[in-house]
Amino acid sequence: MCLAVPGKVLDVEDRDGTRMATVDFGGVVKEVCLEYLPDLKPGEYAIVHVGFALQRLDEESARRTLELFETLGMLQEEFGDPWEAAEATGNERPAQDGLAGEVTR
Amino acid sequence: MKYIDEFQDPELARRLLDEIRATVTRPWALMEVCGGQTHTIIRHGIDQLLPPEVELIHGPGCPVCVTPLEVIDKALEIASRPGVIFCSFGDMLRVPGTGRDLFQVRGQGGDVRVVYSPLDALRIAEQNPDREVVFFGIGFETTAPPNAMTVYQARKLGIRNFSLLVSHVRVPPAIEAIMNSPDCRVQGFLAAGHVCSVMGTEEYPELAERHRVPIVVTGFEPLDILEGVRRTVLQLERGEHTVENAYPRAVLPEGNPAARAMLDDVFEVTDRAWRGIGVIPDSGWRLSERYREYDAEQRFSVEGIDTREPAECRSGEVLQGLLKPHECEAFGTTCTPRSPLGATMVSSEGACAAYYLYRRLDLGTPSPKSPSVKSTALEGSSVV
Repeated sequence: MCLAVPGKVLDVEDRDGTRMATVDFGGVVKEVCLEYLPDLKPGEYAIVHVGFALQRLDEESARRTLELFETLGMLQEEFGDPWEAAEATGNERPAQDGLAGEVTR
Repeated sequence: MKYIDEFQDPELARRLLDEIRATVTRPWALMEVCGGQTHTIIRHGIDQLLPPEVELIHGPGCPVCVTPLEVIDKALEIASRPGVIFCSFGDMLRVPGTGRDLFQVRGQGGDVRVVYSPLDALRIAEQNPDREVVFFGIGFETTAPPNAMTVYQARKLGIRNFSLLVSHVRVPPAIEAIMNSPDCRVQGFLAAGHVCSVMGTEEYPELAERHRVPIVVTGFEPLDILEGVRRTVLQLERGEHTVENAYPRAVLPEGNPAARAMLDDVFEVTDRAWRGIGVIPDSGWRLSERYREYDAEQRFSVEGIDTREPAECRSGEVLQGLLKPHECEAFGTTCTPRSPLGATMVSSEGACAAYYLYRRLDLGTPSPKSPSVKSTALEGSSVV
């Protein structure tokens, strides 16, 4: 939950007086509130935490972080099914080296 | 993941490690404040790659872990009530309260829903006007602004069947408490990058000066951590104690002013209990007077719950950096992710979970088949 993930703004709209965007996180698309970064434009990147854009990020940094998170399975942790994850918490076997891409909780 | 070749830029990682080795002349203990950083460190074996003089102490920066048992029990009680839809981030599902967790409450018929964003909980409230929707508002300065905005929106839209169970915490008072502890060994801090994305760096110079402790704002990627360590060690060796920003791509000195303004409007600073640590003055937020009607604790009578912390859980010492997870007798025996005694074993940012998940069960007897770039670091380790 503490993880904030970089995403690319696809489009922006005012919805009931609230600035919202659709944001692409390496393939996962989510609705994101832009009230804290109202000037963010389509094509720009931002650090997003629990559905809120909190700070701008340059494209290269964003891409590198996203690639890394993807490799480490952290995008799955952030956007995967939390009920499945909660159930899988019972998996007693610690993660094996070389399985870094798998969900480990 | 103990191999430097698996770093995103192995060459740069080697260079940073070489610089740290060339700089360090005596032992230093640094605390990484954020649980996300702890996981990066353990997952990549950064603590084993560093020279033995540099010890990384894990800090209290896991919001799930520090949420007091009393608040977890209040959440479980509210979530069990008929007519309530209880919304939470997924991390809280398996955090043990007294005798059960949210996952089990759902199994027993409670309407517990996981949301990605607090605004999703508000939408659920809009769609279910005949139900009471409660959102579990935990987290540090990174999570508090989204939750503040959600309460602001609830009032703006006139949604009355929504409330927040608030247990927000703030980092600077925690650093203060750690430095004031008589057992404190911390000589430098890697400050949590995304907290500073919101709050900026203005809260830290006074702290750094008063405690004569370097504070380096650090990101979450392996190279970010190495750079944070390099800068902190450099300051310590030079006898300096300033605030540095080693995460400028995401942190501005002023943070995010809009988010900070919303925090000031919706919340007010209050003393808060941290699980396993106790009350830290001014270390949390509660809803300000203007928004008090959205306080779930006011709306539901949840006082007088009998909370019982497992006696054998030593997560409080782990959270203060006084004990490494594997030094706890319960670690990996009576305390596992399937049957956790404390939140540090089950939270995705918990230090005990990091040690358990990334094969640190055998610490103290380093496996001969665990080669690393600098294998001597394993023996001398900073980790034990």
